[in-house]
Formats: sequence, C-alpha cells, structure tokens
Amino acid sequence: MATVTFDNIKKRFGPTEVIKGVSLDVADGEFIVIVGPSGCGKSTLLRMVAGLETITEGELRIGNRRANDLEPMDRDIAMVFQNYALYPHMSVAQNMGYGLRIAGLPKAEIAAKVQDAAKLLQLTELLDRKPRQLSGGQRQRVAMGRAIVRAPSVFLFDEPLSNLDAKLRVQMRLEIRELQAKLGITSLYVTHDQVEAMTMADRMIVMNAGRAEQIGTPLDVYERPATLFAAQFIGSPSMNVLEGEGREGALWLGAARLPNPTGHRGPVMLGLRPEHLVPDPEGPIAMQVQLAEPLGANTLLHGKLETGQGFTASLPGVHTVAHGGEILRLGIKPENMHLFDRATGLRLG
Amino acid sequence: MEKRVTFKGWLLPLCLIAPQVLISAVFFFYPAGQAVWQSLFIPDPFGLSSQFVGLGNFEYLLGDPYYRASFVTTAVFSTLVTLASMIPALFLAVMADRLVKSAGTYRTLLIWPYAVAPAIAGVLWMFMFNTRVGVVSWYLGQLGYDWNHVLNGTEAMGLVVAASAWGRISYNFLFFFAALQAVPRSIIEAAAIDGARFWRRFFTIVLPLLSPTTFFLLVVNIVYAFFETFGVIHTITAGGPQQSTTILVYKVFSDGFVSQDLGSSAAQSVILLVVVGLLTVLQFKYIEKRVHY
Ligand SMILES: Nc1ncnc2c1ncn2[C@@H]1O[C@H](COP(=O)(O)OP(=O)(O)OP(=O)(O)O)[C@@H](O)[C@H]1O
Ligand SMILES: [Mg+2]
Repeated sequence: MATVTFDNIKKRFGPTEVIKGVSLDVADGEFIVIVGPSGCGKSTLLRMVAGLETITEGELRIGNRRANDLEPMDRDIAMVFQNYALYPHMSVAQNMGYGLRIAGLPKAEIAAKVQDAAKLLQLTELLDRKPRQLSGGQRQRVAMGRAIVRAPSVFLFDEPLSNLDAKLRVQMRLEIRELQAKLGITSLYVTHDQVEAMTMADRMIVMNAGRAEQIGTPLDVYERPATLFAAQFIGSPSMNVLEGEGREGALWLGAARLPNPTGHRGPVMLGLRPEHLVPDPEGPIAMQVQLAEPLGANTLLHGKLETGQGFTASLPGVHTVAHGGEILRLGIKPENMHLFDRATGLRLG
Repeated sequence: MEKRVTFKGWLLPLCLIAPQVLISAVFFFYPAGQAVWQSLFIPDPFGLSSQFVGLGNFEYLLGDPYYRASFVTTAVFSTLVTLASMIPALFLAVMADRLVKSAGTYRTLLIWPYAVAPAIAGVLWMFMFNTRVGVVSWYLGQLGYDWNHVLNGTEAMGLVVAASAWGRISYNFLFFFAALQAVPRSIIEAAAIDGARFWRRFFTIVLPLLSPTTFFLLVVNIVYAFFETFGVIHTITAGGPQQSTTILVYKVFSDGFVSQDLGSSAAQSVILLVVVGLLTVLQFKYIEKRVHY
C-alpha cells in the first residue's frame, strides 16, 4: 500500500507532447479513475507509472520513493491489461504464480498464495485450464488474480472491462471495486467509459489532449464541472451547450430569457444537463421535439430550439411526440445552470 | 453452415487436381517406383543385363561398415547443420527485434546470404579455407593452427557444416524474426512487471511462444541438411577425406554415378526414402503435440 504522486509529469514521443503536465496526489488506498476520450493519453500516463514508458519530465513518486528510473519490477505495482495479456502456454495457476516463481518463493508458498487468490476470485475450479479454455470474464478474473497474488502496493488497470459484454461489465465493475476495498490497495484505473468512472472512482481525472481538465470526486465533476470539456464528457446523455449572453440581469438564449445564476455579463457558454430540464408551461426554453427515445424509466427527447441549435431533454416517464413536431416548453433551476467562458471553456462562478 | 465448395460433376474437380497428380506421378512416383524396382537387381558392369537378387542389395548394404558409418555421419551432420543454422538465427532475430531504429536495414542485410546458391556458397567457403591460398586458413596458420580439411575429417565436417548452415541462417532468421514480432507486446510487458528480466522472459515466455515456428524450422532444416546440402559437399570435400563427410545422399550419388553400382545406389535411395518418412512421422507425432498451447 502506498501513495502515488505525480509532479508535473510530461511525456513526449519525439516532437509531439502527449502528456502536457499532470500533477496529482493519490492517497493510500484511493481508487483513482483516469477517464477521457480515445487518444488523450490515459494509457500513456498509466504506463509511465508502470515503468513501461519513460517519463520525459517531472517526478513520479510511489510510496515517497522517486520512481522515475525504477524498472517496472522494482516499483511494486501490478497491472491488468485490456487484452489481459495472460501467458497462453501456462495454466491459470502458473499464470498467477509466475511473478512469485520469478521472485524465488518456495513452491508450497506459491501454491498456497495462488489458492487463496483463486478462492477470492472463484477460480479454484479453473486452476488447471489454459487461458484459451476460458471465457472472457474468466480471463479477466485470472488477470486480476495474477495482479493480487503478488500483493503489490499499487494496482494499475488499463481498460480492463472493455472487451466484456455490457452485463458482465457491470458485474465485474462491482467485483473489482469490492476487491479493491477489501484489499485496500491504491489503484489507478483507466477507462473511456464515463459510467465506469462515475460508479467506481473515489476521485477521477478527466483528461483531454494530454491535460487533466478536472480532478475531483464523481459528484464534484458532475455538479460543478471545471471546464466545458469535463461538463460534456461526464453525464449521459451529454450536456446541452448553448451560446448565451448575460445582460440586463438575465441570461439570454436568443430571445429566451433565463435567470442568470452568476450575474456574469457578456457572451458565455451555457450548459444544461438534459435530466435537469423540467416541463413547465411558463418555462423560458421552447424546444421543437423531433424524436423521442423511450427508455422505460425516462424518455429522451431530441429536437431544436428557436435559435436552431440542437437540444436534448430527458424527462421522467413516457412521452410521445406528435408527428411533425410539437413545441415543448421547459424550465430549469438556476443552480443547475453551468456557465463557461467562451474563449477558455473555464467555469464561471 | 457448410463452407465447403461442392462440385456437381466429377470432370471439373478431376481437371483441377490433374496437374498435381501428373507432376507427382512423373517426378516422384515413377522414379520412386523405378528405384524400388532397381534395388532388387544387380546390373552387369557393362549395363547390358541385370540379375535379380531380391533383397540382396539391402543385405549387403546393412552389412557394409561404410554404409553404417554414413548413417552416423548423416546424423552428426544434420544435427550440427540444424543447430548451427537455427541457434545463431534465433539469436540474431532476438537482437534485431530489440532494435527500434534501423531494424529494417539489419533485416535486409541478414537476408542476403540466402540469395547465394549452395554450390556457390560451397566454393566461397572452399576458397576461404583453402589449405594453400585461403584467407582464413592463412590467418589460422599465423595463429599457429595448421588448418587442413583435406586431410582432417573433423575439420572437413566443420567446414561443410559451416558452409551449409551459413545461408540457412538467413532463412531461419526471417521466420524467427516474424514470429518474434508477432508475440504480443503486452505479454512481454506483463512478464516484465512480474519481475522477469530479459533472458528470463526469453526462456520462460518468448521461446515457448515461438515453439510452432521452431518446430516448423526443425523439420525444414533437417530435410535441408539431408537433401539440399549436396552441392556444398560436392564442391568442398566430395565426401572425403575417407568418407568422413559422405552423408547418405552423397553416397547414393557416389556409389551410383561415380562407382556405377546402380543396384546398391537404388537400394540406398529406398532406405533414405523410408528414413525420411519415419523421421517426419515421428516429428509430427511426438513433437507437434507439445508445441500447441
Ligand atoms: N509509442 C508511441 N509513439 C508515438 N506516439 C504515441 C506512442 N504511444 C502513444 N502515442 C500517442 O500518444 C497519444 C496518447 O496515446 P494513449 O495510448 O495514451 O491514448 P489513450 O488515451 O489510452 O487512448 P485509448 O482510449 O484509445 O486507449 C496518442 O495520440 C498516440 O498516438
Ligand atoms: Mg489506451
């Protein structure tokens, strides 16, 4: 168990900078999720912690020890790969015990540790199988088992669930979280799935193009997104972002007059989460509904505003739309309105 | 769903396999049959008539100490050629695989020897080690070693092995290199995180993953050592000194075409055929089982 500290970490591949300075203090036992779109540098960041990529600039400390120049094996970490990276010619037991064998532990001790881990992960029946004789979910478990038998200080996960079907993903998500809580091992978990990020993280880093847009608890990020990017990336369906203007003590979307929660004047970007909109005959927002997606518990309504901008609302219950489109009036509470600077995308107020 | 292509009549399929069957018949089955037939006769010295001797040729061969020695020579030779062409190839491939930059250049350079025909490679090596004018033998002489593969059987064996293996290294290198590149990076990385250093990873992870390629090359190289090294041996030692480099194939040639003992030569071909058949069956039966993971 250990803390992990990123001190202005940068990574360049040749001339291209892919990590542009990330700083973060990970507490002992914390579960950090690194989330962001494809190519933003999540894996690169994780691989720098693992020692599989060199750190171009900045300092990485694992358990208060400078780790920049340590070999992967000397960092006391374990990693679960996206494709599991199991050794195909070894049985499940051999896969799990490989690290211990390399460390030179006696056979009996290795067997005992493998047994313990297998019991924890319900793999006892499968110990003699080869990886190719396992299902995707079982392979995933073996990869987890290989990570936990060595009792590392830090777990690293690189999109471990992305090859599983939706249902199994939900189940494994819970299992990983439970296991991590039980073992209390500091974890860094990479995903591009914002639901995984929201449900698993103690804190998450929202990454974009090599930068950390926001670091905070899932609710923090959801309720007070620090940037326009974080606002749009977290939350499903994604937040409506509209050009607005603050003047005369109100916020104007074209001709629609909304309350101005920050009192900010001049052009701004206004973010409204679809699920925060409520039907209100007196509401300022007039939406022409073009398509309804009933999801059972709620309905997604897609359409556009008078200004012509696309707009999505998520309303509880079942809604149907007349063909040709009806005008729906919507309102929103001022505390659910997010204002961002037009130029920098930073949160206002 | 059945993915097999099915034909209505029998004429088209027949036409499609006919070329294969014809070529096999003309160049393999007919000569093989001839060899089997001839191995039962002893022709007279003028080749005008021949006498049926049944299995006499075989009986004579198996009692012939020279023939038995040739078996041993072949075993030693093919083992050495296989090892000497595969181990350096694997080593070079591992080294080239570690390179990030200029791996392409090295790969190209390493392939060149394969383009040299065996007989020419033989001549090349013969000149390098020529007892009077050879560059290498001269240097060895300077170092106080008196190289003479014309008289020394061990040296002769070493030279034909080197000359035969040399060009094969390129061929084997290509296969090993491709196989190494196909080993998933994340598996190597997982092993590195598990604490295995380079050579440990190589022996516990990479080598087992290469086993299908290794097995394939083993078969191909043994067959090469048996049959395709004729040119090298013929140019460098012609089987000598004192038959120390006379492998089975070379003996078929020298007994048949040089000594004109056609009956014995045919019998030797038949034995060779059986030996290679057995070897292949053995290899596939016992080794292949273990290379699939
Ligand atoms: N070895 C490399 N050489 C050059 N560029 C690289 C290398 N590895 C990654 N990159 C680049 O760095 C950027 C970040 O890559 P990275 O793999 O970290 O993305 P990611 O966030 O994990 O994406 P994904 O969700 O698709 O896995 C990408 O633009 C990628 O092209
Ligand atoms: Mg990635």
